Amino acid sequence: MRNSKLNLDFEKVAKAKQISKNIAQDVQKNIESYTTVAVERTLCRLLGIDGVDKFDVPLPNVVVDNLKDKNVIGEGVMFYIGNAIIETKLSPQEIAEKLAFENLDLTTLKINDDVAIKKAVEPYVQKSIEKIRSNRQRREEYIERLGEGDKPYLYVIVATGNIYEDVVQAQAAARQGADIVAVIRTTGQSLLDYVPYGATTEGFGGTFATQENFRIMRKALDEVGEEVGRYIRLCNYCSGLCMPEIAAMGALEGLDVMLNDALYGILFRDINMQRTLVDQFFSRVINGFAGVIINTGEDNYLTTADAFEQAHTVLASDLINEQLALIAGIPEEQMGLGHAFEMDPELENGFLYELAQAQMTREIFPKAPLKYMPPTKFMTGNIFKGQIQNALFNEISIWTGQGIQLLGMITEAVHTPFMSDRYLAIENAQYIFNNMKNIGDEVEFKKDGIIQKRVHKVVNDAYEVLENIEKVGLMTALEKGMFADVKRAKDGGKGLAGVVQKSTHYFNPFVNEMLNK
Amino acid sequence: MEEKNKDTNLDMTKIKPYGDTMNDGKTQVSFTLPVPCNDEAIEAAKILMRKMGFEDPQIVYYKELTKGFTFFNCYGSSVHTVDYTNIHVPKVETNVMTMEETDQYIKDNIGRKLVIVGASIGTDAHTVGIDAIMNMKGYAGHFGLERYEMFETLNMGSQVPSEEFIAKAIEMKADVLLVSQTVTQKDIHIQNLTELVEMLEAEGLRKDVLLICGGPRISHELAKELGYDAGFSMNSYADNVASYIVEEINRRNNA
Repeated sequence: MRNSKLNLDFEKVAKAKQISKNIAQDVQKNIESYTTVAVERTLCRLLGIDGVDKFDVPLPNVVVDNLKDKNVIGEGVMFYIGNAIIETKLSPQEIAEKLAFENLDLTTLKINDDVAIKKAVEPYVQKSIEKIRSNRQRREEYIERLGEGDKPYLYVIVATGNIYEDVVQAQAAARQGADIVAVIRTTGQSLLDYVPYGATTEGFGGTFATQENFRIMRKALDEVGEEVGRYIRLCNYCSGLCMPEIAAMGALEGLDVMLNDALYGILFRDINMQRTLVDQFFSRVINGFAGVIINTGEDNYLTTADAFEQAHTVLASDLINEQLALIAGIPEEQMGLGHAFEMDPELENGFLYELAQAQMTREIFPKAPLKYMPPTKFMTGNIFKGQIQNALFNEISIWTGQGIQLLGMITEAVHTPFMSDRYLAIENAQYIFNNMKNIGDEVEFKKDGIIQKRVHKVVNDAYEVLENIEKVGLMTALEKGMFADVKRAKDGGKGLAGVVQKSTHYFNPFVNEMLNK
Repeated sequence: MEEKNKDTNLDMTKIKPYGDTMNDGKTQVSFTLPVPCNDEAIEAAKILMRKMGFEDPQIVYYKELTKGFTFFNCYGSSVHTVDYTNIHVPKVETNVMTMEETDQYIKDNIGRKLVIVGASIGTDAHTVGIDAIMNMKGYAGHFGLERYEMFETLNMGSQVPSEEFIAKAIEMKADVLLVSQTVTQKDIHIQNLTELVEMLEAEGLRKDVLLICGGPRISHELAKELGYDAGFSMNSYADNVASYIVEEINRRNNA
C-alpha cells in the first residue's frame, strides 16, 4: 500500500478512478461520430491555412463556412482540401485563398478516391507534425540548458489588452521570479467562433489570443529566460468555441500551458456540452502531443458553490477530467488538475480543511502538476488582510507539494494587477516557499484527527457523486446541476449549430499521428 | 514636538487623516515610478508626495521591480482638509430589513411575489457580483435573493446580451431588473449600462421595471446619471438591495 499521511483508502480511490473511466468512455462513445466547425478550422490551420479575407474573416472560417453552407462539412475539410490538392495542384493555403478571393468551389471538382486524397494531404500533415515535434524538443532543450524554476511553479497573469504592454509586464514578472506567464484573454473571446488575426493592442480585461500574439510573447519570454537563466513557460486559454484551434496555434508557436476544460465552458460560459466535448477531445490530443500542460477549471466551481460543502464535487470532476485526458493521450505529468483555496476565512479551522484537501488531491494524483488557485471569492479590497490570505494559501501549497501556484493578488476584485501587485505576490510566495520548504517532509497528521476525517468524508462524498453520474451519464448529470450548482441543457448553450455528424469520407489523420507518437 | 502635532481639537469643518494624533494628517501611499532605482528616484518620489499635498514625505521602502521601474512605500502628512459638514452624497435611502422582515413587508404591503431577473450583461464574464446578491447561499453571511420566500428570481449568469436579458424580463413579467458589471476596464461598464437603458426605453419598458445596477465601480450617483433607479457598490449585500426594492415598489404602488 502506498504511503499516505491521510490514511487514505487507496482501494476506494482506485474504484473511484474506475468509475470515472467508465464515465469518460461513455462520453467518448457519444462524441466519436461527430465533428465541429472548430475541429475543421483546426485541421485547416494544421494544413497551413492562415490569413484573412477582405472582410478580415480568417481563412479557416471562410473554408469551413463555405463547406457548411453547401451542407458537406460532414465529409470534413481534409477530404475536400485533399481532393482539391489533386485537382488544382495547389497548396492548402493557395486553395483557401482561391476559395476566398476567386470563388473556387471545392464541391464541384472531380472527386478522387479516398486513398489518393489521403496521400495528397500527407506531406502537409507531416509538416505540421514535425513542426510541433520540433517545438516540443526545443522546449526540452531549453529546460536542459537553462533549467527551470522549482515546483510549485509561480504562475502570474498579464492582462493589459495590448500585447506589447503585456511583454513589458511579462518580462518584469519573469525577472521577479515568475515561472509561468499567462496572457489573460480579452473578455468575451471564449464566445467568438473565430480566432482574430495578427498582433492586437486593444482588449478588455485581457489581450486577444492570436497566433501572432503567441509568437510575440514566446519570443519575449525566451529573451528574458536567457537573461534570468530559467525557462519561462507561456500559458493561454484553450477553451470556449475555438478550443482546438487555440491548441493548434499554441502547439505551432511553442506554448507550454493551456487552460483546457470543457466542463468549465459548459458551466461558466454556457457553451453547448456536445460542442465543447467534441472540441475538447481533439484539443487535448494536440496538447498531449505538443507536451503542453493542461489546466482544468474545477477551482471555479467554488466561486459559485460553497468551498466547504462542495469540495467533493471538485474531486469528482478532477477524477473525470483525468480519465478524459488519458483517453486523449495526455500523460499524468501534463495534467494540471485544478482545485482551490476558497473557503470562507471566517470558518473555524478552515486552514486545516484546506490543508487536508490539498494533501488529498496531491495523494490521489501523485504525478500531476496540480494547479492550485488562490483565494478570490473572499478577497475584499482590504489588501492587508488579502496579503495574509494569500500567505496561508502559499503555506499550504509548499506543504503539500502543489505543481502550479496561481499567485493571489492583493488587489483581486479591485483591478487587474499592477506591476507592484505582482511583485508583492511573488515576494510573498518566495518567502514562504523558502522558509517552509521541507515542512511537508517533517510533519505528519494525527490519526483520525480533523484533517484525516475531513479527507475521508470528501472522498466518500465524491465516490457517491461519481456513482450517481455513472448511472445517468455525464451529460445528464450536467443537466441536473451536479457541479457548481449550475444546470445546463444538453441542447442548450452556445455553439450547438457547429456540431456535425461525420459522413462516409470523413478522416482526421492527426488524431492517430498524435496519439501514436 | 511641532505645534501642529499638539492640536487635538477636532474641527468637523477641517478634518484631516488620523494616524495616532488628531490632525496629524498621516497617510500611507504606495506607487511605482517609471525610473531606475537610484537617489534621483527617491527624490522624485518625495517631490511627487509634496505635489500630492503631503508634508514631511518619508520614503520608507523602495525596490526596483524591473529595469526602469521603482516601487515606493511612503508616508506623509496631508496639508489638505475637508469640510465634513458640507457633504451631500446621493444615496439609496432605506431602512435595511432582515430577510424575514422583507418577506413580511411584501406580504403586508404588496401582497404578491415580486419577480426579479438578474444578469451580468454585455461582455462581462464575471458572476461574482450578481451571485453575491442573488445566490441562495448569499455572501458574507447575507442570504441571497433566491432564498427569500416572496421573491421569484432568475439569475441569468454572465455575458448575457442585453436583448436576451430584456426578452427574459418580458417573458417573466419582471418587476425588477438587476444588472451587474464587474470588469470595467476602459469604462466599458458605462457603455454596457447605457446600452441597456436605451434598449429598455426603445421597447417602452423602462417605466415598468425597477432598474438597479451594481458593481465595484458603480455608485448610486453614477447609476442615477445613467438612467437607473439605484446603484449599489462594494459592501452592499442582498438585504440592502432587497430592502430598497420592496420599499420603492411599495412607494410607487401608493404614489
